[in-house]
Amino acid sequence: MKDRFNLYRFASPATFYPLAGAMIPYFAAISVVFGLAGLYLGMLVAPTDFQQGEGYRIIFIHVPASWMSMFIYLVMAFWAAIGLAFNTRLSGMMAQALAPTGALMAFLSLWTGALWGKPMWGAWWVWDARLTSELILLFLYIGYMALTAAIDDARRADKAGGLLLLVGVVNIPIIYFSVKWWNTLHQGSSVNLNKSSMAETMLWGMLLMAMCFWMYSIAVAFMRVRTIMLERERHTDWVKAELADKTAGDEK
Amino acid sequence: MKSRHKKLALIGGALAVIGIIAALVLNALNSNIALYISPTDVAAGKAPQGKVFRIGGMVKEGSLQRQADGVTIAFVVTDTEKDITVNYKGILPDLFKEGKGVVAQGKMTPTGTFTANEVLAKHDENYMPPEAAKAVDDAQSRAANKHVSPSSGGQPKASY
Repeated sequence: MKDRFNLYRFASPATFYPLAGAMIPYFAAISVVFGLAGLYLGMLVAPTDFQQGEGYRIIFIHVPASWMSMFIYLVMAFWAAIGLAFNTRLSGMMAQALAPTGALMAFLSLWTGALWGKPMWGAWWVWDARLTSELILLFLYIGYMALTAAIDDARRADKAGGLLLLVGVVNIPIIYFSVKWWNTLHQGSSVNLNKSSMAETMLWGMLLMAMCFWMYSIAVAFMRVRTIMLERERHTDWVKAELADKTAGDEK
Repeated sequence: MKSRHKKLALIGGALAVIGIIAALVLNALNSNIALYISPTDVAAGKAPQGKVFRIGGMVKEGSLQRQADGVTIAFVVTDTEKDITVNYKGILPDLFKEGKGVVAQGKMTPTGTFTANEVLAKHDENYMPPEAAKAVDDAQSRAANKHVSPSSGGQPKASY
């Protein structure tokens, strides 16, 4: 029945394509709102830090980017598991659509970390457990993209990439707990569920920026997944109809 | 059991196996992953002989000595149990301070001191405005003074 609400209906690219398209502007708008609020709080309202002065403000990019780099990987691994177990078409497309954003976040995390490390620690880079495991995460993203791009058959590419994603998921707890398990130059985590060791406005600025990054990631992943859908399903009727609509609209 | 449930169980099992393997490998490599060792480790003979390694700990309060040239310095790294004197010639990071964390890379000398070729500052995970930090410091020194007899001069620690 078409009218009854069914979650599985959205697992079909033909129904998810217009839904994603309709949601993109909202996620983009929410991201901008959170971003402006977060930057205002972080750059203008939050106090200077007692140790690091104004330099600590790179935290408002660094921590949200690091969080998202780990979270996006977990989401990709989730889609990989669903795809391998249930053989769904959309799962692999979602994983592929998320990968470049995840890689971007991991790169941002490492880059802002280097910029932050030089003035505060005295080094751009050290081979401590936190920094090294985050670098491995960036390599996992790049490896996943390279692997799926190297296999012509999209469904086989999804399966191979999915296996890589699932094997690599052990790295995520290693990144997160590295500062607890080993002696690292990177300090422990400031944000914990029960007690955070940050001034309140700093924390709120960071959380708002994290929301901004999150919404941004969803918006661009949806844009990308729509392109992947059209490309992969180009021989199906719904894509032909979609494209026919578009060309008809352009000719008007 | 449906085949997709079998597959899901297989994926879960594979993840558990990979996790256990990773845990065992990391556990075996434990001493290689640690960025630095503490002065207590050095005293226990865990430091590599004649090789470059890193020690980490706190810069002991009042131990920092600067030579007249401004770049030759000596300080004591402590983990509150054991101390090691570090000699270093070079520029210190901005956050290098007495009572704060430090990681130094270099070699042990025969006399038991440490000659560093790189000194890095390790800061903690606290972020707060200077006023809040001062309030915490003041409260701590008040608490400390309560336990010190007045004759010992209970001079409050300078905090800035």
